[in-house]
Amino acid sequence: MYTFSNRLKLGSYIAMAIGLICLATGFLTAPSNVEEAKAMVASAHGDGHGGHGEEAGHHGAEGEKEYMQESGHGEESAHGGSHDASHDEHLLHQLQNRPWAALYVAAFFFFMIALGVLAFYAVQRAAQAGWSPLLFRVMEGITAYLVPGGIIVFVILVLSVLHMNHMFVWMDADVVAHDKLLQGKAGYLNPTFFLVRAAIFLGGWIFYREYSRKLSLAQDESDDNSNFVKNFRWSAAFLVFYLVTESMMSWDWIMSLDPHWFSTLFGWYVFASMFVSGITTIAIITIYLKSKGYLEQVNDSHIHDLAKFMFGISIFWTYLWFAQFMLIWYANIPEEVTYFVARFQDYQLPFLGMVAMNFIFPLLVLMNSDYKRVNWFVIMTGIVVLLGHYLDVFVMVMPATVGDQWYIGLPEIGGILFFGGLFTFWVFNTLTKVPLQPKRNPFVEESRQFHY
Amino acid sequence: MAATTFKAIYNDDDVLMNAVKKIRSEKYHIEEVYTPFPVHGLDKAMGLADTRIAITSFMYGCLGLTVAIVMMNYIMIADWPQDIGGKPSFSYLENMPAFVPIMFEMTVFFAAHLMVITFYLRSRMWPFKKAENPDVRTTDDHFLVEVEVGDDEEALKSLLLETGAVEVHVPKKK
Repeated sequence: MYTFSNRLKLGSYIAMAIGLICLATGFLTAPSNVEEAKAMVASAHGDGHGGHGEEAGHHGAEGEKEYMQESGHGEESAHGGSHDASHDEHLLHQLQNRPWAALYVAAFFFFMIALGVLAFYAVQRAAQAGWSPLLFRVMEGITAYLVPGGIIVFVILVLSVLHMNHMFVWMDADVVAHDKLLQGKAGYLNPTFFLVRAAIFLGGWIFYREYSRKLSLAQDESDDNSNFVKNFRWSAAFLVFYLVTESMMSWDWIMSLDPHWFSTLFGWYVFASMFVSGITTIAIITIYLKSKGYLEQVNDSHIHDLAKFMFGISIFWTYLWFAQFMLIWYANIPEEVTYFVARFQDYQLPFLGMVAMNFIFPLLVLMNSDYKRVNWFVIMTGIVVLLGHYLDVFVMVMPATVGDQWYIGLPEIGGILFFGGLFTFWVFNTLTKVPLQPKRNPFVEESRQFHY
Repeated sequence: MAATTFKAIYNDDDVLMNAVKKIRSEKYHIEEVYTPFPVHGLDKAMGLADTRIAITSFMYGCLGLTVAIVMMNYIMIADWPQDIGGKPSFSYLENMPAFVPIMFEMTVFFAAHLMVITFYLRSRMWPFKKAENPDVRTTDDHFLVEVEVGDDEEALKSLLLETGAVEVHVPKKK
């Protein structure tokens, strides 16, 4: 049995507390009216603070117009007559969105890790993999975060529907009334249906997680393999459900932040991001538990396999990232390309930096077969990959919500700390509940002997 | 005098593995082992050095990437920077996304083909090469170990029979 180390527990409490304070500060310092918003931007310029040299360009008269045309938000077309006033309001919304978007990015990021692990776990069960059963309890521990993480994301979505923020423009009836495109999509993108879908997705994922965990624990105590077979069937069925719902989830929760834009491979792209983050988290937590002496049967070959998955799925993510970018860049159709224009102009460093972190770094570090067995190498790569995929979600969400007013400051770091702390607490607390090694899995002996 | 070798024939890969370990622990030098299929762990038991072919492949891949970049930079940017459908041919970086598919394919092409050729050269394989096969049964269901003979031929022969060899061929003295 695993006992939650006091230092880790204390660390997660502290992270949650500091994160909460930072997030609260973010919400309290958000401007409440147009004058405050203008003053904030002006003072940021006066200090030359924030690393936002490029901002100046956007606030020249021409840059402003150009940006407004590109960003294509409903607000602008709605108030086309009074340019200045609409720009000020747009700026206010962006600044007000910032703590919300920081909260949402971090909440979604940690939720997506748990969901990615759940997909990986279902794949291992459906494929009847012989190497991984020793890691099932670790994966089940991580997927336990699906419940609190999913509920928090759902609450944020409900608050958005209740107009507590301006993250999803299509939720604003005023905007839709003046926007032909959004009216055309209203059959799918309307608040009620949106929340119903979210509830169905979360309900299905959480149901599979809880039921599979129950069967997995029951298998340890039973004297035949019926629970295992049942779990195999449910996992295969879940994968079908998951691929459909994950794709729709990515349209709903992320792509609809830019409701004028669409991409057909977006669901896969989000999937690759969550899959690789999930596998990386499994590797990091496994190595941590092993270093504390709790997973003695796990050997370097298991770590090697996880690292191979990290390597391969990192490349898969890059393949999708590039396929999406290159097709849009090549054809350069105005209604599609605005998505990348906004990212290239205002988010160049995170946009290109994440490619280095998510592709070039793991490619070079994890290519060597020997390095995949060196535990601290895998941990180091894992941390870079996780930060890279945080940036990935950041670059997906921020341009649509805060535009060029982004900055990785208090609310963003607070979000990471709070949800990181909650994630750590919840996952390790679940790991203490049952023995870390499955007893009667038919493949557990093979997994114990696993050698590559 | 050229070293003479004993040829011991086995008919099971598990017996072969144990025999190889035994022969090596008795400090005899194993010249060569012939098997009809890959026997997992045989290289470790024989104490063979790891292959470095993956490293050569990585270098060939780097070469392929370089060739692709230099070629396209010369053709598309330096030599004749035409406007083709509005693509920015001002610098390599600006038009890079269009070149990536070729950069990728060239990397894979060089890495794969040059590695295969390296493998053929290194393991001396080519068409019309005379097969070096001491016993035709080793391509079907028998395993053959060649052991260099030391001072005591009788001791080696009894060791080989002890390890489960079904036949031991002693070379004729010339």
